[in-house]
Amino acid sequence: MDSDTLLARITDYASRPNPYPLYAELREAGPVVWQAGGNCLIGGYHQIAALLHDPRMSADPRTRGEMTHKPPFLRLDDPEHHRLRTLTMRPFGPPHSPRRVDSMRGEIGRITEELTETFEAGRQIDLVDDFAYPLPVAVICRLLGVPHEDEPLFRAWSDAIVASADVRPDQDTTDTDKAGDQARIEMGGYLVNLAEQRRGKPGDDMLSAFANELDPALRLTQEELAETAVLLLIAGHETTVNLITNGVLTLLRQPEQQDRLRREPELLPRAVEELLRYEPPVHMRERIPHADMEVAGTRIPAGTSVILVFGSGNRDPRRFPDPDRFDPTRADNQHFGFGSGIHVCFGAPLARIEAYTALGALLPRLATAQLVQDPPPYRQNAMLRGPRHLPIQL
Amino acid sequence: MRTVVDLTRCQGYAQCVFHAPEVFALHGEEGLLYATAVPDDQVARVREAAAACPVQAILLGEEVTSRAL
Amino acid sequence: MPSDLKEGRIVVVGASLAGLRAAEALREEGFTGELTVVGDEPHAPYDRPPLSKQVLLGQATAYTTELPLRRDPDAEWRFGVRATGVDLLAKQVLLEDGESLPYDRLLIATGTRARPWPDPDEAALDGVFTLRTREDGAGLAERLAAGPERVLVIGGGFTGSEIASACREMGLQVTVAERGPAPLVGALGATLSKLAAVMQRNHGVDLRTGVTVTALTGNGAFTGAELSDGSRVHADVCVVALGALRNVEWLADSGLAAGPRGIACDAGCRAFTMYGIVTDDIFVAGDVSRFPHPLFGYQMLSLEHWGNAVEQAEVAAHNMVSPGALQRPHLSIPTFWSTQFGLNIKSVGVPTYSDHIVIAQGSLEARRLAMVYGYQGRVTAAVTVDMAKSLDYYRHLIETAAPFPPPPGAADRAIAADITIPSAVPDPSGLSHGPTVALTGHLPDRRLTVV
Repeated sequence: MDSDTLLARITDYASRPNPYPLYAELREAGPVVWQAGGNCLIGGYHQIAALLHDPRMSADPRTRGEMTHKPPFLRLDDPEHHRLRTLTMRPFGPPHSPRRVDSMRGEIGRITEELTETFEAGRQIDLVDDFAYPLPVAVICRLLGVPHEDEPLFRAWSDAIVASADVRPDQDTTDTDKAGDQARIEMGGYLVNLAEQRRGKPGDDMLSAFANELDPALRLTQEELAETAVLLLIAGHETTVNLITNGVLTLLRQPEQQDRLRREPELLPRAVEELLRYEPPVHMRERIPHADMEVAGTRIPAGTSVILVFGSGNRDPRRFPDPDRFDPTRADNQHFGFGSGIHVCFGAPLARIEAYTALGALLPRLATAQLVQDPPPYRQNAMLRGPRHLPIQL
Repeated sequence: MRTVVDLTRCQGYAQCVFHAPEVFALHGEEGLLYATAVPDDQVARVREAAAACPVQAILLGEEVTSRAL
Repeated sequence: MPSDLKEGRIVVVGASLAGLRAAEALREEGFTGELTVVGDEPHAPYDRPPLSKQVLLGQATAYTTELPLRRDPDAEWRFGVRATGVDLLAKQVLLEDGESLPYDRLLIATGTRARPWPDPDEAALDGVFTLRTREDGAGLAERLAAGPERVLVIGGGFTGSEIASACREMGLQVTVAERGPAPLVGALGATLSKLAAVMQRNHGVDLRTGVTVTALTGNGAFTGAELSDGSRVHADVCVVALGALRNVEWLADSGLAAGPRGIACDAGCRAFTMYGIVTDDIFVAGDVSRFPHPLFGYQMLSLEHWGNAVEQAEVAAHNMVSPGALQRPHLSIPTFWSTQFGLNIKSVGVPTYSDHIVIAQGSLEARRLAMVYGYQGRVTAAVTVDMAKSLDYYRHLIETAAPFPPPPGAADRAIAADITIPSAVPDPSGLSHGPTVALTGHLPDRRLTVV
């Protein structure tokens, strides 16, 4: 088939259970593969790695001329990206709050225990709805300071925003974009309002920290706070649910690796890295060159939408020996599971600790468990790829 | 156990600091300092840090003295 | 020599980073013969960079910085024994205890030592330190922890600057005396050295540039120093940070090409004899070596870099057990780092091999930038300050000898990123501190005449 339809075929819902043969076709087709819509796909590990560290590659959709609001730091360039990310990091990680995430281990363990205590042998569960979704939601609510009971409210906003952020070639996206914008405004307003309520009476959550910052140089504006809080709340659960669900799915498909992890639990951190390579929670990201540039001999004009296919780079045989094999002891595993470069996943350590805790708690229960449906039904989203449901017979 | 970080490779992602804040610390925004001797109760955390390091710069292991002298 | 290179006897002289990693790599490469590692320090291989940072700050102790093993090299370790010579004909390493170790192949990784204060009596004053070994680190850390009135650091290179930074972090008064115009100027050139000077002064360092220390004074214990401008510094601790000397004296009569700049070897780490003939059984790795690099005009480089010690040791080990056609060149790009005054400075390439620079991203004012160095229109080096994630991009420009200045379009690009300014690398002979990358062959600019 023509390589200029690859993006359309990858994003076609029918490809969701197994996009990897299409990624192999992408890598075969060349380092830069132009698409019918004028954008291009890059699927080779080394090209993706170079572009993620190339200061000429913009993350900002405004670089390709899109008329839009100022995006959150995930889609801004330095120095503005650096300023906002650094301010956002202050209550979350080093150098100002190095123990914040580590201190949540106990709580993550307790939430995991509560969710799994009814997982008795013989029962059928939906791993997504019963565990992999509620766990990160509870954690991010606690971290940000969002009332857990508001979940139905922000879930609707989150769904609309995530749908509008997906890669959908050859589709009229006017309605989804409009709905996404509306949801973003409402969700931002909701979160800013929560932060305002904490002013002067801070808790130990991040919204409180943002609202009570005294130094004007370190304070987020209301617009920045809205964009940032929306980003954190969505990113905090939409991706971790995929990581945990893909993890359980992979282990149920590979009982010998599952046995090994039960025998050698100290391998779990490396197994999670391998999972991030083998079934990454985020499959693609867009970048746009600020200036005309050349990639592997191909000229890419300024303003071109360049889609970096992380899911393909992670399976590139030129980087990873035997790339389609899930190997929890894989050495030198520098995957794109959380991206790389200045935009590397902000919440990666939290996601990792949630994954260690979740998989560690589930492993003993998986020995006799069976997949009810394989492949399971997937979410619509091609970029944030993962099962929508994962029915399991315990 | 001992740890050493290949700071030639380190790009300041600071994942190790999140996972093992008793052992690793940022010095400024990007510089990394660490305790070279890893206490027994921190070994699991340093193992996490070594796995999570995006540039695979962390080595955890025994030193020569404990086995060869 | 046994016909199978994976067998036989290998001796490694030098039991620090390069010696250890070479020993591990020899086993990794399938060497099954006898392996002996000789080191003059009475310790297992340990890491030195923490000695000027964590150890001084009390976050690690000098006696717990042993290097973790990648694998057990199954070696016979001979710690605390100095090698005194090598007999190329008899293929034996001579030890100070009179023993001689026969070898089929030899790896020399004896590294460097701190350049001592030139006056031995003054150097012997209580409170005068150099910093290279763990004993140095332990002694200095103990003295700093006791809260001296003032510390005098002689030399504004990386080690001296890191020590000054640690002192300020501990709240100690510190004076830095540097013969050149600014700290780090020998390694990074004039523009970044101005940032280094500003950082030192902003952090409360009493920085004296353009001066030399003419005498250390004290009656048994160090009490101060006299400077060439006629002033006097009262201090109770003095750290002499005048760079490093290569440990080559033991090879003086060996017939190898060993001199003050190191032991010359080819790109495959094979040592040259004094006649310029390459040997096939003696290899060199780490700080003590000088080797040609194609990206820098095939000049002989000598590097005092952690990463180079590891990578060159791996190449040397591979070549020691591989027939000629399968041997590899050591071509990695010099890379080093320094953490001081809250900034992370990383360098790739050879900044002193330059005629011009541009600030490609960020700014001096933001204390966050990428500076690119060019020589005759191509990129030869880059230095980042708190921007390490960009370094791989610039490394690629160096590897591909990309045109200088680098192409436009970087986000966070300085307005004048395409306006080049002279790199102004001074003559190293006018500095207290030596560069940690030294070009030891012909030099790119006539201002640089002696190393």
